[in-house]
Amino acid sequence: MTAYIGTPASRIDGRAKVTGEARYAADFNEQNLVYGAVVASTIPKGRIKHIDVSQALRVAGVLKVLTHQDRPQMAADDDAYKDDVAPEEGSPYRPLYDDKILFNGQPLALVLADDWETARFAATLVQVDYDAAPYVTDLQAQLSTAYVVPKPEKPRGDAAKAYAAAQVRHEAEYFIPTEYHNPMELFASTVHVDGAGKLTVYDKTQGVQNVQGYLSKIFAGSVQEFRVISPFVGGAFGAGLRPQYQVVLTVLGALALDRSVRLVLTRQQMYALGYRPATIERLALGANADGTLAAINHEAIAVTSQFEEFSRNDTGWSGLLYKSPNTKFVHKLVRLDVPTSSDMRAPGAATGVYALESAMDELAVALDIDPLELRLRCYSDRDQNENLPYTSKALHECYRQGADAFGWSQRNPKPRSMRDGADLVGWGMATGVWEALQMPVAARIVLTANGHAEVSCAASDIGTGTYTIVAQVAADKLGLPIENISVKLADSTLPQAPVEGGSWMAASASHAVASVADDIRDELLKLAKAVSGSPLAGAAGADVTLAGGRLVSRKDAGRAMSISDLMRHGGLDRMTKEKLNTFAQDHSHARNTHSAIYAEVKVDEQLGVIRVTRVVSAVAAGRILNPKTAGSQVMGSVVGGIGMALHEEAVYDHAFGRIMNANVAEYHMPVNADVHDIKVIFVDEPDDQVNPLGIKGVGEIGIVGVAAAIANAVYHATGKRVRDLPITLDKLKA
Amino acid sequence: MARATAREPVQDPIPIPEKISIQITVNGKATELKVAPWTTLLDALRDRLDLTGTKKGCDHGQCGACTVLVDGRRIVSCLTLAVMKDGAQIVTVEGLAKDGELHPVQQAFIDHDAFQCGYCTPGQICSAVGLLAEGKAKSADEIRELMSGNICRCGAYPNIVAAIQQAMGRS
Amino acid sequence: MINFQYSRATDVADAVQQIAASTSAKFIAGGTNLIDLMKDDVERPTRLIDISRLPLKQVQQTADGGLHIGALVPNSDLAYHPLIEQHYPLVSSAIRAGASQQLRNMASTGGNLLQRTRCAYFYDTATPCNKREPGSGCSALTGAQRMHAILGASEACIAVHPSDLCVTLVALDAKVHVAGPAGARVIPFQDFHRLPGNTPHLDTNLHPHEIITAIELPAQGFAKNYSYLKIRDRLSYAFALVSVAAALELEGGKIKQARLALGGVAHKPWRVHAAEAALQGQVPDGTAFARAADLVLKDAKGYPHNMFKIDLARRATIRTLTQAAKGTPQPPSNKKIM
Repeated sequence: MTAYIGTPASRIDGRAKVTGEARYAADFNEQNLVYGAVVASTIPKGRIKHIDVSQALRVAGVLKVLTHQDRPQMAADDDAYKDDVAPEEGSPYRPLYDDKILFNGQPLALVLADDWETARFAATLVQVDYDAAPYVTDLQAQLSTAYVVPKPEKPRGDAAKAYAAAQVRHEAEYFIPTEYHNPMELFASTVHVDGAGKLTVYDKTQGVQNVQGYLSKIFAGSVQEFRVISPFVGGAFGAGLRPQYQVVLTVLGALALDRSVRLVLTRQQMYALGYRPATIERLALGANADGTLAAINHEAIAVTSQFEEFSRNDTGWSGLLYKSPNTKFVHKLVRLDVPTSSDMRAPGAATGVYALESAMDELAVALDIDPLELRLRCYSDRDQNENLPYTSKALHECYRQGADAFGWSQRNPKPRSMRDGADLVGWGMATGVWEALQMPVAARIVLTANGHAEVSCAASDIGTGTYTIVAQVAADKLGLPIENISVKLADSTLPQAPVEGGSWMAASASHAVASVADDIRDELLKLAKAVSGSPLAGAAGADVTLAGGRLVSRKDAGRAMSISDLMRHGGLDRMTKEKLNTFAQDHSHARNTHSAIYAEVKVDEQLGVIRVTRVVSAVAAGRILNPKTAGSQVMGSVVGGIGMALHEEAVYDHAFGRIMNANVAEYHMPVNADVHDIKVIFVDEPDDQVNPLGIKGVGEIGIVGVAAAIANAVYHATGKRVRDLPITLDKLKA
Repeated sequence: MARATAREPVQDPIPIPEKISIQITVNGKATELKVAPWTTLLDALRDRLDLTGTKKGCDHGQCGACTVLVDGRRIVSCLTLAVMKDGAQIVTVEGLAKDGELHPVQQAFIDHDAFQCGYCTPGQICSAVGLLAEGKAKSADEIRELMSGNICRCGAYPNIVAAIQQAMGRS
Repeated sequence: MINFQYSRATDVADAVQQIAASTSAKFIAGGTNLIDLMKDDVERPTRLIDISRLPLKQVQQTADGGLHIGALVPNSDLAYHPLIEQHYPLVSSAIRAGASQQLRNMASTGGNLLQRTRCAYFYDTATPCNKREPGSGCSALTGAQRMHAILGASEACIAVHPSDLCVTLVALDAKVHVAGPAGARVIPFQDFHRLPGNTPHLDTNLHPHEIITAIELPAQGFAKNYSYLKIRDRLSYAFALVSVAAALELEGGKIKQARLALGGVAHKPWRVHAAEAALQGQVPDGTAFARAADLVLKDAKGYPHNMFKIDLARRATIRTLTQAAKGTPQPPSNKKIM
């Protein structure tokens, strides 16, 4: 029964969002709330020699100033600060813990006052005397310190030798600068003191239970119970996977004053949180004259902090995607005096595949083969790294349907050959790839006799549409109209869920809901069998289904009993089931999503102004639960890819070790005028192997390859290959 | 007589601004408010009037999340001092629906999925309502340009344009 | 933001009197720039004098056919004012190229002249900046200077003026009406803003305690052959890398009169009379425009990150003059460059 799954249902939380009723972390008001303001470090490394809070304390309305010398107790071991998704290696940063300064913008004091304005003013009066230490913030200047981090992808053959012997070679270095997630919501926490050692934390996070566990460890000595709630999250894109420092500071404030406290970071302060690491990608592709690959060499060098080792898979995508007998992957890190880098939308793939797909475009030019044709010649039906078949891979269809929708066959391969008045027109394409991940998630259903159900789970909805798809799956599985389903998410007291990330939540939460709905069905069947003369007497669970508010025999629709009757017979006014769904471990197949992106740019020939006028993104991601919300996710990812290609870069001044555009005026992200025609196609990709419902997730796949498609289009338009992002107009003239 | 010992020398407190009484009409409701001069309209709405629909996204006029309508015009409330709006008519996202019926722009945003996380949405919607009142945007290009003061990191722009076009058709 | 007193001015004289009575007071009208800077502790006035209610919101025709624009006319109202759209479309275009509609609804005409630079070091109180803290040094000289000046800069400051409107006002020979303790006076727009020299903390030649009351435009608006072209890193809501205001009066296939000014290139809106003179009497073609552009950039000096702006400014100048000559001004909404 799929009345809702696969349909473009409007978001069930839409009304709350368009009326302002949806409350985010900083929206939970309370009488006599205390407001915090952060004093941030202005140097990247050193120690606090002395911190003078006396002037701040003189300000009328200031209640307290917390520093490392004057704060409630916190755990003293690294383990306490390791959240669920912390890097395995390293010592996590401990907010306000000691006198060590590890990065610019690090919080050094928290001013607590009766209102925000007073706290902000008093924060400017805190005097910090630094013992500054030499620091490094420049990746390029520290390349000699790069060290190798092991990655699972194995080399194949002898890639160096094969490259040297290849008929056609392409070798180049690509660069992605430091990028920030910049969700529109400022990182914020509101901590309500409930008395009796209980704290309720409204936090901006992608994982309430991650934050709950993290805080419980850090404050094990002083807080009996944390409840973390985050019903609405104003975007995150990975920034909210790990608990951020403001939540620790807010709890410290609440404990110090035994009062409810709110802390909202400033936009500038958010540049001291995680970021997509600046990465150098070196590709050396060797090809045979027929356009098959002989060698893939891919080396990535990325930034991490001095105190933690964060890295993702940048290089392995090359060997996964394309057939090549010889491959070699090297991943290196450079430690800088900066915060730890972090996951940002399609971490590893957004950067690694940008480089790979740019290099493939360059190889196509060297081979004089159409870029799409080159991908087809290198196409692989198996995961080349693991030599495994895919549960499904409809990338061929992505290429074909995308090309048709875009009109790729009309492309003149010659750079600078296509024009529109004063504009050079460029058409570029690229491939995208991501993993289809799935995680254990639990869900609870409370079914009431009147045919309403409440579905709950600790999972977050960071704008992805989790509320809506959970309701769709529940409505179908319970056979109820979607209006009868209410969904509760993102409360740490609800059934278990991991952080929302990696594109795994749609599949994971859907199966959790489907699984517990089956338990509801079975329980209803038990009630049915207990009724004398039951029409469903001999039926097993698999023989019946819930539809139209009734438990119905699959074989004979005439044999049915209504939910309300069954519950009345059973003497129940409600039925509650909760279940943890896990997925069978199956290593016999590779599980991936794929996409083909086609981009058109128009570049003013004289001035170099670039406009992305059209993008077609054809995505194969298994069953699409809701083409409306999933389409928005992919469209939004394309916009993110436009930003990555043309706009985004945190500009460091290494003389100060500071980011000089720590705002959203000069850290450019696309605005409405930058975005034109974006067409999203979901190609049909039935998949009964990836999981029972055939769901793969779409949160990341949409951005992978977009920057490459645009960069390739810019080359096609101008004949100029820009290999360091973002492609600003000055680089076209250089 | 025992003398107080170990007492820090008391310094004069540093004063904070005195509050000034203002009258504003918010979503049709006459409201008297005492605010310090340094309080922005945004903070007054959120912290004092519990109208948290209006969002703080940058606090520097760079993102548009805090857009509200003052005397019918869209402005950013983060760069507006509340005291300067004494006597003004203010409409926030909470004031657009009438008797439970959504404003055409709100309905169009739902219909076209013109948001994901929803955080920039109140600002986008107030901005769009302001844009419709201005009557300057006709084409999609003009809508894009005149909505460029509202950043949407989820990237819903094409849907926002479609939603505004729908609302335009109705009004 | 520090503690400050707030008061309202009842009329212009009262405003002047109030500001003269206070040591570090500032006027506030739209507040779009001042409050931004106060939040970052760059501006630290102890008193704000609210002039937003003063009766300076009229746009009126002057006796000699020009226009008298009250200092408090909001940018958006000015951009869409029928007299501006009809007679001074260059002004309208420039306003619409700046900021966002929300900010334009707030920002006043007079305040637009007083915008401070977007130089990152000016904003970041953790770094030296001669404009913010005279004598502390110019961090941009050796730092992030991609947006910075290529003309008229000094070793003390390479910041640029961020306004779009002002580029057209200087091109059109506007005048700034001010009132102060010593009475009212009129400042030619060309003399209103300053080059940094060794006093980069001074943006303008306003005397202490003076208030802008109006902008006056002369009769000639160049409504037929004009264009304002702004080149930036994204297609809207961004500061200029380079902008050009061009206005031509054509007669008998030749340029009778030319106006040319650039934004985003100097500490002040940059008008080049020599280039205008060189255009006069010429056939409006690529050769003449290239010569004018060369004159504009004759003394240009780049720094490592902004060297590209010299050539960009040259190309943009030629393009904008071409648009003006052809009568195809750059439209604000269509991002294809005409």
